[in-house]
Formats: sequence, C-alpha cells, structure tokens
Amino acid sequence: MEATLLDFDLRDKEEYIINMGPQHPSTHGVLRFEVCLQGEQIKYLRPHCGYIHRGIEKMSEALTYPQLIHLTDRMDYLSAHINNEAVALCVENAMGVEVSDRVKYIRTILAELSRIASHQLWWCAFGMDLGALTTFFYGLRDREHILDIFEETTGSRLTQSFITPGGLMADVHPNFQKRIKEFITYFRKKLPEYDQLLTGNIIFRERTHGIGVMSKEVAIDYGVTGPSGRGSGFTCDIRKIAPYSAYPFVKFNEITLSEGDTYSRYVVRIKEMWESLNILEQLVDNIPQGPTMLELKAVKAPKGEYYQRVETARGELGVYIVSDGGPSPARIHYRTPNFSNLFVINKLAKGHKIADLVAISGSLDLVIPDIDR
Amino acid sequence: MQTEELITLITSLAPDQKPGISKQYPEFILPAEKLHEVAKTLKENPQTKMDYLFSLTASDRKDGLNVIYHLTSTEYPHTVVFRVILADKENPMVATVSDLWSGAEYLEREVFDLFGIKFENHPDLRRLFLDDEWVGYPLRKDYKDSFIFER
Repeated sequence: MEATLLDFDLRDKEEYIINMGPQHPSTHGVLRFEVCLQGEQIKYLRPHCGYIHRGIEKMSEALTYPQLIHLTDRMDYLSAHINNEAVALCVENAMGVEVSDRVKYIRTILAELSRIASHQLWWCAFGMDLGALTTFFYGLRDREHILDIFEETTGSRLTQSFITPGGLMADVHPNFQKRIKEFITYFRKKLPEYDQLLTGNIIFRERTHGIGVMSKEVAIDYGVTGPSGRGSGFTCDIRKIAPYSAYPFVKFNEITLSEGDTYSRYVVRIKEMWESLNILEQLVDNIPQGPTMLELKAVKAPKGEYYQRVETARGELGVYIVSDGGPSPARIHYRTPNFSNLFVINKLAKGHKIADLVAISGSLDLVIPDIDR
Repeated sequence: MQTEELITLITSLAPDQKPGISKQYPEFILPAEKLHEVAKTLKENPQTKMDYLFSLTASDRKDGLNVIYHLTSTEYPHTVVFRVILADKENPMVATVSDLWSGAEYLEREVFDLFGIKFENHPDLRRLFLDDEWVGYPLRKDYKDSFIFER
C-alpha cells in the first residue's frame, strides 16, 4: 500500500527548523527568529538581527551633538522625544549647565505623551497579533490626538527632534496646554474601553495567562527593564531610581506586578497609561515661564566620559559619551532597552507552542531599529 | 556600601587597580586577568550584590581598546564602573562575564562584532549585526572601507 499523508506524523518524531521573519507581521520589523520545533512545540529559538543595522554609533562620531540628536529619533521611533532628551541631558551634564524649569516641564510632558502614544500603539498591535483586529482601530484613533499635539508644536508626527542640548528647538504652540487638557479628559473616558474590549476577553486571557513566565531573577540577569521587567517585579523605573527633568516635582506610582507572565506585562502597560495621565495633569497647568533655550557659545562636552540613564516607553536607555573635548563625541554608545529585552525570549518561549511565541514577543514590545541601531 | 569601602574591597582583590577618570561613578581600571574574579566577588558578596549589569561596551582610545562595564545592585544604591584596557590591538582578549550575567552574552557578541575583542570562554562568539564574511571591525578608529565618506 502507498503511504498517504496521514502516515506522516510529525507531532513528536522529528525536529524541524523554521524561520519566522525577517518579514513577518508580528515581529514588528525586520527580525528573524530561527525556531526549532518538535510538532508545535518550541525546542529553542535564536534571534538573528542586523537587518536594519545602520551604524548610528559610528555615524554619530562624525556629527556634532545637535546634529546627532536627529539620529536618535530613528532608534526607538516611538520614544523619539525621550531618546532626544537622553542625549540632551548627557551633554548638558557634561557641560555643567542646567536648563530652566520651563524646559524641564515641557520635556517631561512630551516624554509622558510619547509614553502614552507608544503604549497605545503597542496595545492595538498586541491585540492584532492575537487576532483581535478591532483593537487596532481603537488604539490608532486615540493615538491620533497625541500625534496632532506633536505636529502642532514640533512640526512632526514621529521623528520630532525637538529636544536638543540646551533646551528646546522652539517654544510650544499656544494651543499646547489646551489640547493636552482636552486629551486628558478624552482619554480618561476612552481608556476603560480598552479594558472592556480586550482585558476582560476570555480568549485573550486564555492566550496570555501563564504564558512566557519570567521570574524576577531572570529579568535582572538579562537586564530586562521597562514594563516587561516590572511585570516580573523588577523595580527598574529610572524615573524613580535616578529622577531627571521634572520627575522630582511629580507624584506617581511605579507599577510592578509579580506574576511575570504575558498577561502581567500587559496589565503593567495599561496601568502605566493611567499613571502617565496623572503625571500630565500635575504638570500641564504649572508650566513656569522662562527661556526655552540656553545661550551657549558652542555645544562641546569637556574631555571625559559621561553616562545618562532615562526611562523610555520600553525600559532603560543609557547614553554613554566619551569626549575628547571637541564638538562631536569620540565614542557614543546607546544601551537600548529593546536589545536586552529581546534576548530573554529564548528562555520564555521554550516549551510553548509556536502560536504563543507571537503573544510573548508582542508582550515584550520590541522595536527592531532600537535593537540594531 | 560606601565608595571608600568599595575601593578597599576591590583593592584587596586586585592590588594593581587604578582609579579611572569618571567623576560620575566610582571607576576602576582593572588588569584583564583580574576582571572575572573581581566581578564574580562583587556579584556574590551579600554586601555588594552587583546583580544588574546595565551596560557593557567598548571604545577605541589611544592607550588601546577599552572595555567598560557598568554594574549596579537592585538592592543597594551603589554603582561601579570597571574598565579593562587591552593594549594589544591585534589579539585583544578578556574573560567573558556571560556566566555571571546572561545578558552579557549578547552585549559581548556586539562588542566582538564591532571592535573585534575576543571574550574567552564565551559560549557562542559570532558576529551579531554584520555578515560573518565582513572584513574588519567598524567601530575601530582605523577602520576603512569603500562606503566611508571622507569629509
């Protein structure tokens, strides 16, 4: 008798390797997972990166500090303001200058708006990864309001390059405060819809509860920071550990959960949106008057080495500058959050089904250009 | 642990350490062969508990290739920076710390890829971003290829 298709039982006999990516919709960019499967179960997986490596660190060595700000937008493009702020703070610390309170407040407001916008995009894409297409429209509908605020003030919606060493590129638009207050009221009403649509959904819960459990020790060992690390109980919020800009002036809670599964990483981000709204509310009416740009003769870091840590929407961003005293750095290194968050994925996905890999990588909220730089 | 106590502890482990130039964090220049031992002690000592390696990178300086480690503790507020200077640019070699902090495995692969620094006992030392056939190490100052635009 001839062998039929039914005779080939792949379930537990043979290992095989498939490539997920580099053009897979749920990797959110050009990343390739080499996945070894036995049946549907993942035996191991190896991430391969470099598809969008542009050599930002090498390019920056030939640029002045105000110029290299523009490249930082292209790392984690959903936290562009925060990336700009990190370099600006590092250079300002090196020069020993301090910006006015007005600049600090505006920087923090922009950073928190970025954080909300980033979490909104993550939320809608995460729902879509798991098959809930409606979330995409809900998330983008609300993110549009923040992008409009950015567009009005900075002239750009995604790569703003607005925060620069010494202050801001320009003062904010007269509508800035009004639009933010409108947004806070609007989004306070809309955020419960997110919970109604996805958080309480039984299919969603089944697909996220107990999937990809990361213990606190593993999170620290791999340096997994941001909401992904806080979902495992790792208190790693730089806004609390080493406050910068206007964070010393505001009261907010660091959200941590101890379960460490995909669902708790999800809940941390939803709760962080509420916290960011609280921070915005405390700041928006109290922006002090003052200059928006320091009068600097030249932006040059004195000879030495400087490190600055900030909290982006995805975790800890570190900027390490080695300066010889010139207008451009001798070496600039970005310790990016996604780089460290990515490589824990082998540990999380091992033993799970291939479909769960999408949920796990979605819950780590990876932005690939930030890994490759 | 206070900075003075840290200095005493590290000096007792590596008597030929030198203070570094960083004013931000306490910095120590360690000989390459002492690095792993010091890092291991600082991680396992219950009074220091440096369990979080938040940055590992390198830079190409006049005195050689520098490897820089930023360490902190999740329990205590102290932070420390280690620097290893590898004067031999032909065959720079330092012991891996990926057995102490798993995240270091990939950070070291990145440094190997862009600087050509070899990490002894590393489980999987391959290029991370560039092709395996790529010639040279781009972040070194003497790196040249046809894509670089001379100003």
